[in-house]
Amino acid sequence: MIKAVPKPLEEIIGRVQDSNKVLIAGCDGCVTVCEAGGMKEAKILASALRLYYTQAGKQAQVDETSLTRQCEKEYLAQLSDKIDGYDAVVSLACGVGVQYLAEMYDNKIVYPGVDTCFLGVNEERGLYSERCQACGKCILADTGGVCPIARCSKRMLNGPCGGSEAGKCEINPDIPCGWQLIYERLKTLGQLDRFEKPVEPKDWKTSRDGGPRKIVREDLRI
Amino acid sequence: MRLQYPTSIRIIEVPCTGKVDILHLLLAFEQGADGVMVVGCMEGDCHYMAGNLYAKKRVQRAKEILDQVGIGGERLAMYNLSSGMGGRFAEIVREMTGKIMELGPSPIRMATGTAPRASAEVTT
Repeated sequence: MIKAVPKPLEEIIGRVQDSNKVLIAGCDGCVTVCEAGGMKEAKILASALRLYYTQAGKQAQVDETSLTRQCEKEYLAQLSDKIDGYDAVVSLACGVGVQYLAEMYDNKIVYPGVDTCFLGVNEERGLYSERCQACGKCILADTGGVCPIARCSKRMLNGPCGGSEAGKCEINPDIPCGWQLIYERLKTLGQLDRFEKPVEPKDWKTSRDGGPRKIVREDLRI
Repeated sequence: MRLQYPTSIRIIEVPCTGKVDILHLLLAFEQGADGVMVVGCMEGDCHYMAGNLYAKKRVQRAKEILDQVGIGGERLAMYNLSSGMGGRFAEIVREMTGKIMELGPSPIRMATGTAPRASAEVTT
């Protein structure tokens, strides 16, 4: 899922301090799972902003809501009857949701309330790590289910590099070497012969190198 | 034990401090509390394993928020006591009340003009 972290409160206050009516819009999707932007976080942020405005002697209204997903028009449409009553919206969705909300209500000031980080897993509560970079051409079948694009710091297709030491990456001893993980997994699977055949250069057009991406599924469209 | 402590506190009982949410703490300040103290079991003695440790983290986060919004994190505190420490409970209530009296009314009550005297809330 998409992982995000709450933006510093000072940054959000700096954006909305001159607004009189602010809506905090949480998202019940990915950002709820990583406890960065769901209804709970929307309520906390709204309470914090109310405290800020009140102690500053300012009459301001701060309300909160949360949508099932902010990456779909149908759910964003639920704001249509109330959004005009607000000067600004702080969206706690990932960057996708913030943009789609701003796109749908183009006359409304929309601020992001979280920093969107990566596609990752919940290792534990409060511990998330990256697993996928959405490169658009999955090679996990050849790498033992461990992605060298997401988990090797150099995104090497034929690793490991000389910076791999005792199973760790040279950039940080806390980061496992992606290619060491691939080696161990292929060894477990009895597929070490894969190392004898170099992986062909990757076509990065399906990643960001091809510009903003779009999927058109004619089988799903009417 | 006939222990004396200030009458300005309001005790809100919860089954475990693990039940106390950041929102409860912030809403107390929104509603005009001058100070809030969370009183949980001794660390390592939680009947629910880690309720008081969760509370500790939430209190810390709420203190940071209170600092950032101009209320002051020092108005919120957490203490760890056992049920056999009534004397210490009365003592920390006196300590906390004294601290809040020194700090004066919460900026929320100052701003809203409802600040006759300091009070503190206690969660056990």
